[in-house]
This record gives sequence, C-alpha cells and structure tokens, in this order.
Amino acid sequence: MKLVTAIVRPEKVNDVLEALYRAEIRGVSMSRVQGHGGELERVETYRGTTVKMELSEKVRFEVAVSDGFVQSTVDAFCAGARTGEVGDGKIFVIPLEQAIRIRTGETDEGAVTPVDT
Amino acid sequence: MIAVGAVQISAGDTAWMLAATAMVLLMTPALGLFYAGLVRSKNTLNTFMMSIAAIAVATITWAAVGYSLAFDEGNGFIGGLGHVFLKGVAFAPRAGTSIPQLVFFSFQAAFCIVTVALVSGAVVERMRFVPMVVFSALWSVFVYAVLAHWAFGGGWLQAHGTLDFAGGVPVEMGSGFSALAAALVVGARKDYGRQALLPHNAVYVLLGAGLLWFGWFGFNGGSGFSTGRSSVLAFTNTLLAPACTLFVWFLLDLLRQRRVTAIGAATAIVVGCVGITPAGGYISPAWAMVLGALAALPSYAIIVFRPRTRVDETLDVLAAHGTAGLTGILFLGFVAQSSWNGVSDGLFYGNAHQLAWQAIAGLAGPAYAFAATFVLLRLIALVTPLRATEREEGVGMDIVQHGEQAYASGEGAILVSTEAGLEASVSVAQL
Repeated sequence: MKLVTAIVRPEKVNDVLEALYRAEIRGVSMSRVQGHGGELERVETYRGTTVKMELSEKVRFEVAVSDGFVQSTVDAFCAGARTGEVGDGKIFVIPLEQAIRIRTGETDEGAVTPVDT
Repeated sequence: MIAVGAVQISAGDTAWMLAATAMVLLMTPALGLFYAGLVRSKNTLNTFMMSIAAIAVATITWAAVGYSLAFDEGNGFIGGLGHVFLKGVAFAPRAGTSIPQLVFFSFQAAFCIVTVALVSGAVVERMRFVPMVVFSALWSVFVYAVLAHWAFGGGWLQAHGTLDFAGGVPVEMGSGFSALAAALVVGARKDYGRQALLPHNAVYVLLGAGLLWFGWFGFNGGSGFSTGRSSVLAFTNTLLAPACTLFVWFLLDLLRQRRVTAIGAATAIVVGCVGITPAGGYISPAWAMVLGALAALPSYAIIVFRPRTRVDETLDVLAAHGTAGLTGILFLGFVAQSSWNGVSDGLFYGNAHQLAWQAIAGLAGPAYAFAATFVLLRLIALVTPLRATEREEGVGMDIVQHGEQAYASGEGAILVSTEAGLEASVSVAQL
C-alpha cells in the first residue's frame, strides 16, 4: 500500500483527472498549494511596485493505492501533467502504514479498493 | 434658452443629455464587470481590460474620423470627412436637435465605445490583447461608423424610413453578428467542448447587468436627444421590457431545469434592454412589455443551442445582442404607433411598408457586420497572430498578457525595485 502524492500545474488538472479515470483510479483528493520547484520566476507589476512571484500556484493530488496500482497511478500522473517545461511538478510515492474506511471500518487493502455501488 | 443663430439650445435638453452621456459611458465598465464574471478567474483582468481598451481606442477613432463618417453628410453608404477631429463640432446645435453638437458627439462616442467592447465577448480567454486593440480601432471605424451612418446619420436605411430608436442596427446587431464572425476567425478555446468552462463569479455578472440596465436608461432615454415625449417613452419602456424578459426567463429556466438561475437572470436583463433598444421611443408601453416577454424566446433558444455547436462564441454576444436586437427591430415593424411616436405606424396599424424596411435593416445590418468583421480579422491575422499559444491559454491571459492577477495572494512575492534589487532578490530565491 502506497500514498502517491503528485504536485502538478493547475492548468493540467483536468488532463490529470482524465488520465486517472482512464487508469481506473477512483479515490483521489486534491488541494491548491503554492510552491517553488526551480521554474523561472514570473515578474508582475502593480502600479509602481514590481514583484517577482517566487511561489507558483500548484495543485496537490493524493491517492492511496494498493501496491499493484502504484505504477499505473504514476504513469497516469506523468501522462496527464507533463508539458516538458520546468515546473511540471513532482510525484512522491510514500509507504502507507494503515488505511481505514470510516463508513465500514474496513482496513488496508479493503479500504483503498473502490466499491462499485 | 440661449439663442445660437436661428436655432435654439434648450438648457433642459442639454442638461439631460450631459447626464445621459455619462450614464452610457458607465455601461462600458459595467460590461467589463459582466464579462469578467463570466470567464475563468485566470482571465478576469484580460476580459475586463478589453472593455477598458475600448474606451481608449474608440474615443480616439471616433474623434478622429468615426463621428464624421457616421454623422457628416455624405452618401447613403458612408458620411463625409467634414467633421474630422471635431472640425465644426462646437456649441451650435446639431441639426434636428436642441443640444450643442459637442454633447451630441460625446453621447454618440459613448455608444461607439460600448459597442466595440461588446464584440470582445466573442474572443475572450484566448485572443491576444494587442491584436484585439488594433481590431477594436479598425472595427469602430469600418463597421460601427458605417452602420451608425445607415441607421442614424442620414444613410440609406434611415432615408427609406427604417426606424431604429437607440441602435438596434449599429449597436446590437452590429456587435452580435460581428461577434459570430470574430469567434469563427479566432477559433474556439483549446478546452472548449472538452472541459466545463464555468463563470467564476456570478455576483460580478449580476452587478454588471444591473449597472448596464442603469446605464441603458441614459442610452435609450437619451436617444430622443431631448426631454421630450420620445425620451420619456423610451425611458419608461426601458423599465418595462427588461422586467418582462426577466420574468419570462425565470419561467423558461423553471420549465427546462426546475431551477431559476442567477446567470440566466443577468442575461435576461441584457436581452430585455437590447430588445427595447430599437423600439424604445416608437411603441406603446403595453407593446413594450410584450416585446420584453417575446425577446426572451429566441435568445434563450440560441443560448441553449450554441454551446452544442463547434462555435465558441464565448459570452453569447450573438444571442444576447444580435438576436434580441433583431427581435426588437422586427417587432417594431408590427407595433409602431404614430399616436405614441408621431412618426410612423407599423403593420398592425396599417403600414406594411414599415415592416418591410425593418426586415431589410434586419438583413443588411447583420450581413455587413459579419462580412466586414471577418475581413478585418483576417487582415490583422496576416500581420500578427490573433491568439495566444496553447500553453499561454493554459496559464491564463492575465499573467501572460498583463503580468497581473485579479486575485493575487501576495504570498511568495519578492519586491523588485531596481535592476540592482533584481540581482539581489535572485540570491534570496536560491536560499
């Protein structure tokens, strides 16, 4: 069981969701974050004030998957989020100690496997 | 009353027209707000700026040649060059009115500005800013001024008796059918038809529509150029017709999806104001209410149908302005009443000739607007690309075209004041 965290460009979110859907990965959370991953700073000007935007808007996805699904999840993130330019984001795969589905109390593999109904 | 030569200036008429002009000018930022709410948040400023740019560009072109081509005596197609750069436009009254020609010029300038801004709704979220500004300048002269001459400035439509009180031909159909052409030339947004592209702030949309309605009292109520009967009638009709459109729109929303929508309501206000624009000073208040109700139907149908096509006429200028303007122009041909307007009757009051010329205006105006806009944009495209790249479209036009964001958080922003400061802050970034 792994937690796959991916940080991607906000404008690629729909492509990522589409790719995850195609890979049959259903359980997903996302949140807006700000970060800096080495891309060029953007310069913005407000009246006389010129600023460099150090942090860019990003979107963080979190998906808990059983081991067999890790590769297809990673592939889906890469396919959906890649533009080839600096700033496309990162994927982190983290071991997951325990997972519990609140509704049923199922744990681990059972908790991260989507139900069909 | 101040005597100027043989013709009288009316202080009352002038006072109202000065106020009405300011009200019409407010419609442009109001439209900017309306449009900005309808796009995604990353394109808010760019969308708003297209309306603001219209104020800059169309005012200059109008003073330079537009006013002259529209309102100086010329031939049936286009006016002369006698008023270029306001030559001969001063305190003496404009022929046929009791207000100084300078006031008449400003009032008409505000019309040109808001019409230019209207067209931008077709191409938001992907058209580059500079080509849009160039297009606005050319469009205000080669499309708006020509249509204004036809309908208001003594051109062939007006000479044959076409009635157009406040701009159904140049403003509403002119912008609506130009918008269709612009959407076809510029092409759809990259995500159109693939993703849900939703309005980001419905409150802006409602507030924008409300301010537009307010401005429209000056727009229609000022189009009699006086405080006389036609202005009073148009003013009242500007209250009645949109209210009826709004109510019918509620019913249509209920029938179709069992809920009344806010964006729909804002759209209905615009549609109602547009519908009454050509007819305001010519039809009775009761007929104005009927027109308001009827105007909802074709515009609603097109707004439902258009997103199912490949045509990304993004903010539905064709439905809200082109279609509703056409409805108003034609309806007027049926129900114009000389007992109310002192000018002409429509078909229901025994004058089929009136309807015929309304129909001709309803064909000629859209045809010219569509064709001329198509050609203008194609010509600009030969010189510079009309649209942003796919990547820029993804990032959003605010950052790419303006280097600003509508909703900047300020977090992570590092102050750069001088070239030296720029160097210094690079090292901060590397920490």
